[in-house]
Amino acid sequence: MTLVRSDDPVRRREALRDPVARYERMYEIRRFEDRVNDLFARGAIHGTTHLCAGQEALDVSLALELRPTDTVSATYRGHGIALALGMTVHSVLAEIMGKADGCTGGVGGSMHLSDPDVGLLPTFAIVGAGLPVAAGVALAYQTRGEDSVAVCVFGDGAANIGAFHEALNLAAVWKLPVVFICDNNVYAEYSRIDVTTPLSDLYRRAGSYDIPGVPVDGMDVGATRAVLAEAVARARAGDGPTLVEAKTYRFAGHSRADQATYRPRVSWSCGASATR
Amino acid sequence: MVRMRVRQAIAAALADAMREDGSVMLFGEDVAAAEGPFKTSEGLLAEFGPLRVRDTPISEMGFVGAAVGAATVGMRPVVEIMFMEFLGVALDQLVTEAAKFRYLSNGRVSVPLVVRASTGSGLGFGTQHSQTLENWLTATPGLKVAAPSDAQTAYGLLRAAIRDPDPVVILEPRVLYAERGECVTGDEGVVPLGAARVVREGDAVTVVALGQTVRAALSAAERLGTGVEVIDLSTLVPWDRDTVLASVAKTGRLVVVEEAPASGGWGSEVVSAVTTAAFRALQAPPFRVTAPDVPVPYNKGLEGRFSPSADEIEYQLKTYLDTGEVPDPWWLREGVTA
Repeated sequence: MTLVRSDDPVRRREALRDPVARYERMYEIRRFEDRVNDLFARGAIHGTTHLCAGQEALDVSLALELRPTDTVSATYRGHGIALALGMTVHSVLAEIMGKADGCTGGVGGSMHLSDPDVGLLPTFAIVGAGLPVAAGVALAYQTRGEDSVAVCVFGDGAANIGAFHEALNLAAVWKLPVVFICDNNVYAEYSRIDVTTPLSDLYRRAGSYDIPGVPVDGMDVGATRAVLAEAVARARAGDGPTLVEAKTYRFAGHSRADQATYRPRVSWSCGASATR
Repeated sequence: MVRMRVRQAIAAALADAMREDGSVMLFGEDVAAAEGPFKTSEGLLAEFGPLRVRDTPISEMGFVGAAVGAATVGMRPVVEIMFMEFLGVALDQLVTEAAKFRYLSNGRVSVPLVVRASTGSGLGFGTQHSQTLENWLTATPGLKVAAPSDAQTAYGLLRAAIRDPDPVVILEPRVLYAERGECVTGDEGVVPLGAARVVREGDAVTVVALGQTVRAALSAAERLGTGVEVIDLSTLVPWDRDTVLASVAKTGRLVVVEEAPASGGWGSEVVSAVTTAAFRALQAPPFRVTAPDVPVPYNKGLEGRFSPSADEIEYQLKTYLDTGEVPDPWWLREGVTA
């Protein structure tokens, strides 16, 4: 048993090398989201929140395949990534509750988590905005001749905004050390992907930019790790960007206000994805 | 001190900054091989190479965003926006990302980014390439905004902006790029952000101008002879209240000259702040000389009247000083209606 009790973000990150700790972290994320949901329902937190249940495997895989000195840009659906990268439950929950000991001193809230010690930029609440920024982080690494990489996690909804295309184009033409990870959870806010997007296999868009596009079951830690490892290695070696499409499913509604009555219930369990 | 064109002063500032600090880099459309559409990056690719001086795709959202990202991890990127209007497609990256990161990271992530954009009317580029648009940016806490008015301020404000730890937008009046002026380079040539300059002293009226209207305001002041104090505001955010208030305490009158249309212009902020802080010092109502609330016209004669001309400023100041009354702008005097 390797239950991680450390409050040190980097140690929490390192602990993920152990498969049991990985499962624990995924369970922590799932329970965290349940708890946040309860706190909102009780009126203990104001504002809004975007839960990531269903996407834990991707978050943990990502944390495993990166160094703390690499940089991650993520989204407003970012509690899981923050916890996976090593931020503590206290730091994240305090931020969500607007407390002074939250990671941003309580001025950011659920959508704006960050910790430079584990490489997490302030998470982006504008859909697509994190892609060009990640490309720019990679540009800095390339210009300085460092072997760090930048990773951008974004949703399927972001694949239709200009920033997605401009960032992929720029990263491809400059061969930047960046990995774009589309967390395709099937829904862009309240709308299912087939209503908004002419293709559901978003990795195919990589072809327009002449970079590798790789689909993976984002609820399978082993498969996701393998794909990410290859993409990160490619970036680190100076061979340019990759678009990874992690197919996941968003168990919650878009945000606190959304009960997601517009779609059928599905059955997935955290344990199932961790053990695959 | 060297005599040079404004565009050369900009290139000199970039070169000096890049020599001083290896984290400074420049990118934008046609800035490398072509040395800039307005020749503001002459010699930079040759000296600093293709890693630090880069041509970008026509993709402002992409490359402004990339500059934000590079800045978050220790680079000091300067991006060139060929025409200020092109920043419209990248405003999210500047206003909602770059300007917020320090706040949203509890001070742990800063964005030492400089965005240079050419602005303004006067060269016949037409409605979509002649706006000033500074009021897109002035209500954004976290951004600094400055505008040079000659070679020295073009050099010095840019050097100060590149050294600043936070995002700064430099609005470069395009009509000035070819103008010549004396310029001190190096550390002595740095013009601090947030400090206005009294460019002509007088005790009858304070005229606050910015960018290309400084020249017109100075011409009008020279023609009127005595009494007109002209302040080059230089930095719009944060603007130098102390210098303006000290001047108004002396003159008792305030006129703000703005290049852009009247509604929502930065001069309203200056007039409002001065009226509140120095109400009892005022001997006449403060007012603004601006462009009319219309798009910038292409026709040369119309474009020449769009932004306040020296003639119009002279008329406004003379009437104001002679009568104590605020005159109508030319379009009302001439009965022009929309």
